[in-house]
Amino acid sequence: MQCQVCKKAQAKVHYTQIHENQMKKVDLCDACAKENGINDPASFALTEIVLGLGASKKLEDGGGAPGNAGSEVTCIHCGFTSADLKKSGRLGCSECYGTFAEALESLLKNMHKGTQHRGKVPPNARRAIDLEARILQLESELKAAISREDFESAAQFRDAIKVARQPGAPV
Amino acid sequence: MTPILNFLIPTTDACRRSGPQDKIVFSSRVRLARNLRGAPFPGHAKKVDRVKAFDQLMPAVSRLPQAAPDPYAESMDKPTAQEKQILVERHLISREHATKTAGSGLVLNQEETLSIMVNEEDHLRMQSLLPGLQLHLAWKAIDEVDTCLQEQVEFAFHPQYGFLTACPTNLGTGIRVSAMLHLPGLVLAEQINQIIQAVSKLGLAVRGLYGEGTQALGNIFQISNQQTLGESEQEIVERLNKVVLQVIDHEEDARISQLEKRPNVLFNQIGRAYGILSHAHTISSNETMNLLSLLRLGVDLGLFPGTPRTLVDELFLLSQPAHLQLGRVEKLDADHRDVVRAEMLRQRVKGVSTPDHTKTTAKTESI
Repeated sequence: MQCQVCKKAQAKVHYTQIHENQMKKVDLCDACAKENGINDPASFALTEIVLGLGASKKLEDGGGAPGNAGSEVTCIHCGFTSADLKKSGRLGCSECYGTFAEALESLLKNMHKGTQHRGKVPPNARRAIDLEARILQLESELKAAISREDFESAAQFRDAIKVARQPGAPV
Repeated sequence: MTPILNFLIPTTDACRRSGPQDKIVFSSRVRLARNLRGAPFPGHAKKVDRVKAFDQLMPAVSRLPQAAPDPYAESMDKPTAQEKQILVERHLISREHATKTAGSGLVLNQEETLSIMVNEEDHLRMQSLLPGLQLHLAWKAIDEVDTCLQEQVEFAFHPQYGFLTACPTNLGTGIRVSAMLHLPGLVLAEQINQIIQAVSKLGLAVRGLYGEGTQALGNIFQISNQQTLGESEQEIVERLNKVVLQVIDHEEDARISQLEKRPNVLFNQIGRAYGILSHAHTISSNETMNLLSLLRLGVDLGLFPGTPRTLVDELFLLSQPAHLQLGRVEKLDADHRDVVRAEMLRQRVKGVSTPDHTKTTAKTESI
């Protein structure tokens, strides 16, 4: 069996991941396994990052050459790269969570109880979240009003949305 | 004396603080990780950014009403390496923070129950540390500090991911709740591995005395949450509290069953521990920790009437390398340290009466 990353050496490391009833298999040679940290049982989280960012992407893309910099993502706010993330398991700044959202998704699912924060919310964010919820509510009411051809109510909802979207709008 | 050594509570007084369940639970700790909005995390920040975060946070943190009166508030280039080690041994800063210098800071209240590290792995690592089992109270205390700070600085927050942290393992609540337990009964009964496995299955971690990657010396174990996202702080605190209460029950049962089934083994171990601690002329840190654990168990079982548990707790602290170095000009190497440690122990254990197994109070009342 050939290594799926370098397509040269014989695959000796066979990594199987079962996630949400989907099985993913990766066959790697010693060198590529080592490079991706898969032969180190202590770095379980690291392998998740590898599979999220590098290996699985390469596999899905039909496999480019290893080290193909085309898939390298860089945070425009702080210059942190996906390679930095892979190496350190840490992020560079708060914006990185947006930059690397795709790679982090499966990592966070495995790491935590859920992927939706359920704890404390700072006052500013609380206001923004409440406002967002209010706009969503108004939009669905607007839709309902239009579908039952109640244009008078629809106009009121439309205006209410407009007011809510203004900066500094009261909640 | 230097500012930090002057500031710290003397070891005797520090160990005399008591709390609920402190026979088995040394301490309860809740820490929160927070970062400034829009600023790079300390590990990736350039020096100017780190200093900017430091300059913004230090005044806000040192003026917290919860830190008053007169907190210690200094840059990390002020304490010496040895003083930083003292702070680590007292669990007031992390080992990582001890490696930091200018651009990182520490704020500590006088009771040493509140410790705030500036520019550790995150911009803020704030911890509340209380004696005994007081997880809910520790959470309440640090929650107040956090709320107070949120009125002055804006933290990085995401509606889905919660508070954003340098490491994704702390994401969401940024909370780490932990209790430090003394579990000699479970170790002697060889049940400790079962307990560790059961606790791990609940998504909690069991670690040694100084956290991640450290050995469980002296039968001291730290239980903490691993998951920080997808659950509220209250749920995490409550779950950990429940688990700790169960472990306490198991530890009590293990002690009683050892006393009933193998009293000779138990008294033999405690007696030998007393013998070595009171007569050794050189002793390693590891051996000391394990023997002090047995001495502490002996005190709990009533074998040393008149000896308070706090004496043993103080010896745990005084046996640590940086505490042994205190007040000495010459730098102790490991061999010399073992001699100094033995000397200190001989002197301190001298006042403890020889163990009397007929005095055990364990069978009649709860140990």
